[in-house]
Amino acid sequence: MTHSHQAQQLIDAARNRTATTALTDKEPHLDIAVAYDIQAEVVQARIDSGHVIVGAKLGLTSVAKQKQMNVSEPLYGWLTSDMQIDTGAQLACDTFIQPRCEPEIAFLLGSDLHGSHISAAHVLAATQFVFAAVDVLDSRFAGYSFTLPDVAADNSSSAGFSLGGTAIDPESVDLRTLGCVFEKNGQLVATASGAAVLGHPAASVAWLVRKLASRGEGLKAGHIVLSGAMTEAVAVQPGDCITARFDQLGTVEISCV
Amino acid sequence: MMKLSSDQSAAMALALLNARASLIAIPPFTESDPELGVAEGYAIQQHLLALLLEQGETLAGYKLGLTSLPMQELLGVDQPDFGPIFSSTIYRDGATVSVSDFIAPRVEAEIAVVLKKDLTGPHCTPAQVYQATDGLLAAIEIVDSRITDWKIKIADTIADLASGGAIALSSTLIPVDACDPRLIGMVFTKNGEIIATGAGAAALGDPLAAVAWLANTLAPLGVTLRSGSVIMTGALHAMAPISPGDTFRAEFAHLGPITLRIAE
Repeated sequence: MTHSHQAQQLIDAARNRTATTALTDKEPHLDIAVAYDIQAEVVQARIDSGHVIVGAKLGLTSVAKQKQMNVSEPLYGWLTSDMQIDTGAQLACDTFIQPRCEPEIAFLLGSDLHGSHISAAHVLAATQFVFAAVDVLDSRFAGYSFTLPDVAADNSSSAGFSLGGTAIDPESVDLRTLGCVFEKNGQLVATASGAAVLGHPAASVAWLVRKLASRGEGLKAGHIVLSGAMTEAVAVQPGDCITARFDQLGTVEISCV
Repeated sequence: MMKLSSDQSAAMALALLNARASLIAIPPFTESDPELGVAEGYAIQQHLLALLLEQGETLAGYKLGLTSLPMQELLGVDQPDFGPIFSSTIYRDGATVSVSDFIAPRVEAEIAVVLKKDLTGPHCTPAQVYQATDGLLAAIEIVDSRITDWKIKIADTIADLASGGAIALSSTLIPVDACDPRLIGMVFTKNGEIIATGAGAAALGDPLAAVAWLANTLAPLGVTLRSGSVIMTGALHAMAPISPGDTFRAEFAHLGPITLRIAE
């Protein structure tokens, strides 16, 4: 465990709500596989504090974002119970360092999913419900300044998430063309459809399952998966109101305090 | 205060008419007269519209432009613009258009509104638009600029019929009560590759509000939006370049797909 000090750097940053410097500043050649090992330690620290894994999230699922970061695949992180902002609850900005919000489609799995053969079809078959969701990011790196291994080690900036109040059967919606309108304080930020997420949100979840299989891991029944940002993220501060409206899935509205 | 005499706007309209016929772009009017603004743009557009109607074109509806905040900021305005759509420039789903019919064509996907009742401003509300709407269509617009290299300021693009080129419409009219137009999602692909996604709210927050804006803006000109008119409510994404051989497909939730092919 030669990288424990880097995991500790990230754990401390989150606990003290103080941003730190990119790991690659000191170790420019940090390997992505090692970065995921660091992530595992960071997540284990949350579990050791009494929280449990409730699911996973994907990042860098848009081709535009991948090009911007000069990478060709998404990344993932784990969601723990302390990150849940229950439906209708407020986002307490002072529990984060530099929170940002983005709209996503969430999957609640009805059965386990693992294996290197998993496709979007398998994901849909294993999904009990889909939900409108807002992902709350909080990079532990100052100013969101990081490279791919940094953000992978930082559990893909996972910090919080909130699901909408309507559980929808995935059979009843076309997630590819499903529209999303994202607003901050009543002002339009961006619009998108589900295809913005790796062509189809279920394909994004399938990528995650295949990626996890390469590490001998998988997803479990009851896990919530945030499939990836549909639009750019917006920074939030106390007083802000974030609204993610989805066709058929309903709306997630979060007041920031 | 109008900064152009009627003769001046007529001359500019004639220059645009010639550019449309020859497919040779002209320099922006605002290059020689930077003072020209929205009012002058519409004065020129009115002259050009009259000339084209005289030549036998028929008015089928209107297109809205600059319906997104980034585009308005780019052109330094706080409102959209509009231009006429002619029957001769409406294509069907699956049609092929030729780049050689345009000067500098680009493409964008939009929601089209078809009216079943007349709409008269200046106090038209989105609720009235809802009642007057026969249905929605999936649409692709070819935009084009008769101004050299798209070097447009607001007066130039308005004079140039809001940079309209041609439109393609899907064949199945979808009732407006089947969905919330703001939330209609759209995936735009070029040769099978996703180049953009969006939703109806990208057009001025609500495609029906965009139509209300148009009715209210036409009112001072004494113009009523006629039953049967097609209104292109504005792009749901940033416009994309086109090349011969390209196939563009915009797939809308609720409205279905629309395909447009591009030839030499």
